[in-house]
Amino acid sequence: MSTIEADTMHDAHGGHDHDHDHPSFLAHHFDTPEQQFDSGKLGIWLFLVTEVLFFGGMFCAYAIFRSLRPEVFEGCSQFLNTKLGAINTGVLLFSSLTMAWAVRCSQTEDHKGLTAMLASTLSCAMVFLGVKAIEYSHKWGMGLLPAGYFTYDPNNPHPVGGTNWLLFICAPFIVITIGVVIWYVVAKMSDDKFQQAVALPLIVVCLSFFGGVGLGTILESGGSESHASANHGEGLAEHTDADHQHAHNDDHAHVANESHSEPGVLELLATDATNTGLKNQISAEEAQAALASGSVTTGVSEIEATVGAVPREVLTPSRAGVFFSIYYCMTGIHAIHILGGIGVLVWLLFRSVRQDFNRQYFGPVDYVGLYWHLVDLIWIYLFPLLYLIR
Amino acid sequence: MSAHDHSAEHALSSSHGDGHDFAHPMPVPTLLAVFAVLVGLTIITVAQASFSGLFGDFDVAVVMIIATIKAVLVGYFFMHLSHDKPFNIVVFISAFVFVGLFIIFTLSDSQLTTQDMIQVQDSVPTSAVAEPAQS
Repeated sequence: MSTIEADTMHDAHGGHDHDHDHPSFLAHHFDTPEQQFDSGKLGIWLFLVTEVLFFGGMFCAYAIFRSLRPEVFEGCSQFLNTKLGAINTGVLLFSSLTMAWAVRCSQTEDHKGLTAMLASTLSCAMVFLGVKAIEYSHKWGMGLLPAGYFTYDPNNPHPVGGTNWLLFICAPFIVITIGVVIWYVVAKMSDDKFQQAVALPLIVVCLSFFGGVGLGTILESGGSESHASANHGEGLAEHTDADHQHAHNDDHAHVANESHSEPGVLELLATDATNTGLKNQISAEEAQAALASGSVTTGVSEIEATVGAVPREVLTPSRAGVFFSIYYCMTGIHAIHILGGIGVLVWLLFRSVRQDFNRQYFGPVDYVGLYWHLVDLIWIYLFPLLYLIR
Repeated sequence: MSAHDHSAEHALSSSHGDGHDFAHPMPVPTLLAVFAVLVGLTIITVAQASFSGLFGDFDVAVVMIIATIKAVLVGYFFMHLSHDKPFNIVVFISAFVFVGLFIIFTLSDSQLTTQDMIQVQDSVPTSAVAEPAQS
């Protein structure tokens, strides 16, 4: 309806002499600023719908694998640092607050406030990425990688002399920071007030990435090192525990431990999944003990530790690998969305310094805000689903 | 045209519409209060996860309910759904409905038909942990 009206009005104006009642921010095919705003808003909502469906596919993969192997999720979740995840949740929530505040500033034509709020949102995004860099590099160093690359060894969780992944992740940010500083200096020398006003907040933004890295380092190492390594052992022990239960060996193993005066070597060797002979010996001894005590008489002498049972017991690396595949896929694509958000927010920062926005034209800030809140919203679900599995 | 006349009228008559035609600036105290509630809910989620076994098997449900409350708060206040057009709200909510349908059907299908379809490719049994040594 309104399209037809717009067309007829456009024709009535006849050509391009309609600029007299069109402000510069109003595209010529729109009648009013509100019409322009509403069209853009419907567009961004449709985009967000596609984003929700996009992430929905990954949540579905998560749900299927978790329902198949809940114990793998419980075990692998121990490797994720809850403290870092919680801090990152807080940082993202705060960035959502500043983003909503930025929308308010653009509506009330508070240009200084808008620039400040956009810069704080950007800084929070950078802190988030900095903490994420610590998380990722730490896991890569330990070999906690996606399926196929998973090389974690519980007996040697921190291999020495590996690649310094943190440096690789930080390198682009270091280059960008140096670039922005050079830009600021050049703008200062050529006395370009506009470029200075843009570059100064961006320097703060770039530096907050390294603030995030520092924060992550402190939280990752501070008091959690011994705790973490204990956790790691525990995590994998839980898997094998669960796998043992599948093979109906676990209870017997404990019985054997208690009844024999020399636990250890034999059982230790028997935990190696390929030692089927030793497993058979142990299960035979257990059967003997059970018969001697007169408690169990049927079905104990079944030999289960055959070669056929071996694959069940070595599932852990590829299973854990699938958990980490899902983890890296979901958090990685979320991080890519953060990077995209940073890109558009920098564009907004430019326009904010240029004072483009007013109470008739704040659409771009509002749309980017909606996108940013959606990214925050996805993290609200990701955090408990990945980090808080007990 | 009639729709936007109506909303313009609404904007003028409402308390927020003091000269801002179609903008509805969210009051700062509201924003801060919503942020405080969100942080509080995050702390509750982390706390209930650290007391494992508080809700037993309903852990996931509890965690998801808290996350959904947070999502609704973000949507209603930060994303301005409180002042948005009903059609936009319907569009956005429908996305979640379809994701829900997708996950429910795929999940029930996978549970009914396949047990565990992930290939095992571990040639070396690196998983063997010296479990009895710890006890």
